[in-house]
Amino acid sequence: MSSSLEQGRIHDDELEVLLGDLAAQYGYDFTGYSRASLKRRVNRLSSLDKFPSFAELRYRLRHDSAYLRRFVEEITVNVTEMFRDPSFYQALRQDVFPVLATYPLIRIWHAGCATGEEVYSTAIILQELSLLHKTLIYATDINPAVLEVARKGIFPLAHMRQYSSNYLEAGGRNDFSAYYTAHYDHAKMEESLKARMIFAAHNLVSDHSFNEFQLILCRNVLIYFDKLLQDRVFRLFDESLEKLGFIGLGAKETLRFSPVASQYQQQGKEKIWRKIK
Amino acid sequence: MAQNKVAERKRLVIIGGSAGSLEVLLQVLPGLGARGHFALVIVLHRKSSTESPLVDLLASRSCWPVQEAEEKQEMLKGHVYLAPADYHLLFEADGTLALDDSEKVNFSRPSIDVSFESAAEVYGSDVVAVLLSGANADGVAGLQRIEASGGLAWVQDPSSAAVAYMPAEAIRAGAFSRILSVEELFGFLKNHP
Repeated sequence: MSSSLEQGRIHDDELEVLLGDLAAQYGYDFTGYSRASLKRRVNRLSSLDKFPSFAELRYRLRHDSAYLRRFVEEITVNVTEMFRDPSFYQALRQDVFPVLATYPLIRIWHAGCATGEEVYSTAIILQELSLLHKTLIYATDINPAVLEVARKGIFPLAHMRQYSSNYLEAGGRNDFSAYYTAHYDHAKMEESLKARMIFAAHNLVSDHSFNEFQLILCRNVLIYFDKLLQDRVFRLFDESLEKLGFIGLGAKETLRFSPVASQYQQQGKEKIWRKIK
Repeated sequence: MAQNKVAERKRLVIIGGSAGSLEVLLQVLPGLGARGHFALVIVLHRKSSTESPLVDLLASRSCWPVQEAEEKQEMLKGHVYLAPADYHLLFEADGTLALDDSEKVNFSRPSIDVSFESAAEVYGSDVVAVLLSGANADGVAGLQRIEASGGLAWVQDPSSAAVAYMPAEAIRAGAFSRILSVEELFGFLKNHP
């Protein structure tokens, strides 16, 4: 086994060794992650943290559980924004939530929510439709650290302009700035939005279904999983979704090739499917 | 069809461009002929909008099918794949395409560097990478990686580029093995086996 991170790049066999360590020692199983992206993330982190060799990266991971947290945080992608793909949120507002409005209690699972911007987006729409009070949004992620950010609901003020424009494009009718208070360079989201959110760590690779939902949102998470892991997650979602419930995916993701595809029907142009069987 | 797989032929042409590069593509795509035993991947800096006529526009000039890359899609020879807005486009060792929505690189997603570097990693010497007109330096580091891995790193002649900065930066960094005109790129696409 070569031992140097030659030109800052990890070899394929080294990556497999690392993934083996993580699974055996910590129970974090990344072996079902797509390699191209994962490798790029590991290389990026190795160069950020200036590991001179693969052996030193491996040693640090094996002996420093605090560093493990950083590793998991950095090799998973936590990039998100409010009302990402506004037309998706418009479809939730116009086509999905009016159906869910007939339920006495609406349960939503936002899987892989990262720092929570999309969870707040969902809450804002539900509040505008007077549905938030009877909704529970379970927001989960593999990373406890990003969930902490999500729970606080404090985001960079500099992003709010873009979010405001997304919000309007998604069919928002209010003044978006009513949903946050600006403090210096940060925006603190309204407390009322948080009241119905429950944040918890959940690993899609290894954890099981924990409730039944009428809507599961999982956006830009499955692109990082290989086909086998994607199929596992689709079965997990299927077990966790009531009949006639909805699944919303990222703009470039599809349920079409999954083992549960025959039970689902895509709703219009957006990446939203309904469980019909 | 199995014999269509690019992974087996190991032939990939990847073109990156920014401001002023669309015009070049519209001129060179008609060069794609019936013979091509390679896949063409295009990474353009573009607005983050899902509804984009860009695919249709490119398809109107190409007799090869043009599509936005889907995640885990198998790359086929004789096809053109466009990196979708707001995602980085990567290559998997099994000949499929991968998408990634991680941080922007050089203020760009898709980033040309990200795709070039991934192409170099997976396809090594079986890549031709071409950097076109543009106003930032995205793609320069990627070209260096392509060269280091034995691939061909080409840049559009800055004097023919609507915005010379990007190809000029690549030349300044020495990250190229050939400077070519728009006509030469057209001829390459037409004659490359």
